Amino acid sequence: MTIDERVDNPSGARQGETPTARSTQGWFSRILGSDHLWAIAAIAGLLCINLIKDPGYLSVTYSSNTGAFVGNLVDIARAMAPLLMIATGMCLVIATRGIDLSVGSMMAVAGAIAMEYLSNANAPASIGAASVAILLAVVLCAGLGAINGVLISVVGLQPFITTLVMMLAGRGLAKVITEGQNTTAVNEQYRWVANGYVLGVPVVFLTSVAIAVLIALIIRRSALGMMIESIGINAEASRLAGLNRRALLITVYTVGAFLAGIAGIFSTGTVMTVDVSQTGYQFELDAILAVVIGGTSLAGGKFSLAGAAIGALLIATLDKTVVFLGVPASATPAFKAAVIIVLYIAQSRRFRSWVARATRPGGQDVGEVVAS
Amino acid sequence: MTPAPIVEMHGISITFPGVKALDAVDFRLLPGEVHALMGENGAGKSTLIKALTGVYPIDAGAIIIDGEQRRLHGTADAQAAGISVVYQEVNLCPNLTIGENVMLGHEIRGRPFGINWKATHRGAQAALAKLGLEHLDTRLPLSSISLAMQQLVAISRAMVTDSKVLILDEPTSSLDAPEVERLFGVIRRLRDQGVAILFVAHFLDQVYEVSDRITVLRNGQFVGEYPTAELDRTELIAKMIGKELALLRSIDAERMHIRADHHEQPMLAATGLGRTGAIAPTDLEVYRGEVVGFAGLLGSGRTELARLLYGADKADAGTIEFEGHKVSLNSPAAGLSHRIAYSSENRRDEGVIADLTVRENLVLAVQARRGWMRPLPKREQNQIVEQYIAKLGIRPADPEIPVKNLSGGNQQKVLLGRWLATQPEMLILDEPTRGIDVGAKAEIQSAVVELSDAGVAVVYISSEIDEVVRLSDRVAILKDRRKIEEIDVGPDTTTATVVRIIAGESAT
Repeated sequence: MTIDERVDNPSGARQGETPTARSTQGWFSRILGSDHLWAIAAIAGLLCINLIKDPGYLSVTYSSNTGAFVGNLVDIARAMAPLLMIATGMCLVIATRGIDLSVGSMMAVAGAIAMEYLSNANAPASIGAASVAILLAVVLCAGLGAINGVLISVVGLQPFITTLVMMLAGRGLAKVITEGQNTTAVNEQYRWVANGYVLGVPVVFLTSVAIAVLIALIIRRSALGMMIESIGINAEASRLAGLNRRALLITVYTVGAFLAGIAGIFSTGTVMTVDVSQTGYQFELDAILAVVIGGTSLAGGKFSLAGAAIGALLIATLDKTVVFLGVPASATPAFKAAVIIVLYIAQSRRFRSWVARATRPGGQDVGEVVAS
Repeated sequence: MTPAPIVEMHGISITFPGVKALDAVDFRLLPGEVHALMGENGAGKSTLIKALTGVYPIDAGAIIIDGEQRRLHGTADAQAAGISVVYQEVNLCPNLTIGENVMLGHEIRGRPFGINWKATHRGAQAALAKLGLEHLDTRLPLSSISLAMQQLVAISRAMVTDSKVLILDEPTSSLDAPEVERLFGVIRRLRDQGVAILFVAHFLDQVYEVSDRITVLRNGQFVGEYPTAELDRTELIAKMIGKELALLRSIDAERMHIRADHHEQPMLAATGLGRTGAIAPTDLEVYRGEVVGFAGLLGSGRTELARLLYGADKADAGTIEFEGHKVSLNSPAAGLSHRIAYSSENRRDEGVIADLTVRENLVLAVQARRGWMRPLPKREQNQIVEQYIAKLGIRPADPEIPVKNLSGGNQQKVLLGRWLATQPEMLILDEPTRGIDVGAKAEIQSAVVELSDAGVAVVYISSEIDEVVRLSDRVAILKDRRKIEEIDVGPDTTTATVVRIIAGESAT
């Protein structure tokens, strides 16, 4: 995550916003004040629980049979990939004071068009067919995202309703594309994207991190990040300052859907099947949780892509932990909800200031104590 | 000072991220007095009030109310200690009745359960009568009475709890003269009942009319406490703003030389420009290096016309020629690309982006014109930021703090800086000095003079007509959503001239 962290602060300017205040604080209070502290602590906590159950949980071994690293951490990294994609897109959408509920369905659309193309292509096993399938998937999704963006920015519909409708329409479209079937296909190259390895590391993990870093670089190195924050904080003032709110919104929803298309390819590639009613089901909710856990407010404005990535990692870890601990399937949602709400409370401003007060001996500031 | 103070504040300090808002400020308030709190924007007036009402916790110092040291952990604590506050914007529910508003939270319970509305309205009637407002029907909706009366209702509401201290934060900013008189009547009445009144206002006349003592703050520090009768106005202003007093005078002297050459081609020529329901078709010419004032009452169409000249709203009639070429201003971005800039009258909703930093706010419009692909290099950003922080005297001079942490006047300067950074050829300023203090006003006005000297065309809008007359070379007078007259400002043009034109039309 260090790369992503740095990307969020390309110039280091924001981190140095109050240099005098920072330098007088100790490292301890700086960690306590970090926005991502609790999310990282929660990931560590979950891993510890797993470690107690199985002391070998964290071990990663190299399997010479498959030429790949194997272990629970590798599984988590692989499971995180689709979520990292849609959480990155969701983070940008939420920063504009919007929401995109349709990304889960977009994943199904992407999987459906790709599988349907591969199963009907002339040379279904070729690399060309895999490329076309992937291209079709992301272009179709990006197009649907652009429709979301136009409806929201030009027509002026509410993001919640617009993307809710697109969520229903998307799943419907996926079913129309496959005629209601769970289409299966065989194509090694497409499968490699989700299941392959480079230097022993899952391709899907490398690709997703590379895309997330690339997006973060583009957003923060250009003026896009500031503009997205600006329209999320105050749309009318931004318009009067000359920002093109429409174009920005269309861009953001298109990028979000494009990333959802990639997530759909990752999800369907592992099993080479699209399950039109289950692929991407409720992923939009996981993505929203990841973004919020990462410290981006649903009220829009300032956003953290690094935070969203940490949130995605947490949710992937949580999913794997639930399975590993053998929590009964019926109790899984409740367990997940409990962990997330506890984390969210721990992260809340009020709770944090309460902790700060409780741990402050003799009314002194935490920072002063550590520094002295 | 015979009576014991009802409120004593000693060495109050409050620090916000990057800003020392109050630095060891002392303040005291006696029962039965009207005490004016004076200072520039950013002097710490609002912060001091919020410390006293428990909104902000204090970092250092002591608050003693009625001889007892208190720790105020919220507005409820302050209310329990007998302190009530009426803010600038009326914080009432317009859809409830007058009586309900007065008694909200203090409704009189009946037997066996529920609210006894009859008794509640009687209670409201009694509370209003204390302020001489017994003629109000408590069963009318609040929205049926004028804003000024609503303000008085807000005071009644504050006094329902028999407060010993009443704080009025800029109560007069939206009132006209007779309404102010009526408010002062109420204030004097409460004072005579022994209530201590803390009063914040920007209008010196009003401060001298109603207050008994004055406390002056500057840059978060206590300057002094004076009996009103012993402090003359010049002295007061000098204490509030320090050395900048000379600025105001120099503006007056500079205005008289003619800057615009009306024989050359106008920079902007609007013909029949209008928008249904906003402004009737209007002709207007603006020349290089000229300040054109728009004078008129609120709702006269002055803002609406300005918005059409920038592209903030789309005109549905007429044409605009800019530097001889017909242009279509259908968005703010279009206006900006022709080097027109418009600073809205509504700083909070249409001006600054509260959560962005001073730096980001300053470069926003320049960046918008460059597009997202070409981020402004750090070096050029620093140049813009340093230049305008120094030139406009933005305080605190830290570009990396969120602009919402600045005072109103400094936010306005950031906004002005944002537009100046685009190097406009025509700058439209809508109420750039509203709600800000004398010092910031002078700085903004002298920036306007400097701009027009540099050949920029300035459109200046203000509801303070004397300000428009003082700054402008030419004044367009608007009324009832149309331009009724245009006058050249000469040595004998005064506020009265403009007022007569506005008033004269209404007689016909």
